[in-house]
Amino acid sequence: MRVTINGETRNVTATRIDALLNELEYEGSHFAIALNFDVLPKSRWAETHLKAGDEIEIITPRQGG
Amino acid sequence: MVKFYDREFSSRLLIGTALYPSPKIMQDAIRASGSQIVTVSLRRESAGGKTGDAFWSLIRELDVTVLPNTAGCKTVREAVTTAKLARELFGTPWVKLEVIADNDTLQPDVVGLVEAATILIKDGFEVFPYCTDDLGVAIRLVDAGCKVVMPWAAPIGSAKGIINRDGLRLLRDRLPDITLVVDAGLGAPSHAAQALELGYDAVLLNTAIAKADDPVAMANAFRLGVEAGRTAYQAGLMEARDFASPSTPVVGTPFWHVVS
Repeated sequence: MRVTINGETRNVTATRIDALLNELEYEGSHFAIALNFDVLPKSRWAETHLKAGDEIEIITPRQGG
Repeated sequence: MVKFYDREFSSRLLIGTALYPSPKIMQDAIRASGSQIVTVSLRRESAGGKTGDAFWSLIRELDVTVLPNTAGCKTVREAVTTAKLARELFGTPWVKLEVIADNDTLQPDVVGLVEAATILIKDGFEVFPYCTDDLGVAIRLVDAGCKVVMPWAAPIGSAKGIINRDGLRLLRDRLPDITLVVDAGLGAPSHAAQALELGYDAVLLNTAIAKADDPVAMANAFRLGVEAGRTAYQAGLMEARDFASPSTPVVGTPFWHVVS
């Protein structure tokens, strides 16, 4: 299934958000995720199904002014 | 003490976490500044990356309050979503709201800023809007529910200091109950002192400390500048005047009788 992750289109086999993170080898613990411009709380990662064309942003803390 | 929404702090210096030569120097500079509030951003994490985790553990060691920003957002939609991501990630209702109109000057899009602030405040956020020194915009932000307003001194990273002193003074006079922070454009501790002398509650800066030859020493210098400015404001500054006025007593001046 083709989805867009952090602005890049790619093919993934995962069908849920938590599985997607595993598939892409995201190992850290401090992420926030936006699915199609809406925040997806961590509590819903396991139950949220992906569909083709979804836009996913995977965000972490970074230096800022 | 300075109040940001319902929380009180003793330090009037807020500092950024970007552009330091090393993570160690960032931590040492933040400690030297005496700051209790630091700004952070949110960025995309690439697959397998742990940059965010590494940075976050550095910040947690400092025992400071985090103010996430929406730096780089150019639309209301981006800024609102970024603020919501920040709330999810950091567990705070605070957000330094930036909506940028122009890449070269990083001038705030004040129309988008008011719109985004309105949306976020209705959603329970405590918004710290980065704005210009325009009074009309500041009033709109206050009407939207902002209890903190953060006008620039000059464009971000420009180090020019306060370029519209009269504008900033007007904001202070017209918004006496709002926590006002000069954010962006400060280059020297004397600039920070000037902001506090005008009655501003605090200053927020990053580049002038991070890009100094010795960021830790400069952080300390800014701490002192803020302290000097605040103390001077409380002490009551004299008014400027157009002509000289002797400080040494005139009466009893030697040879007074020969001076015509």
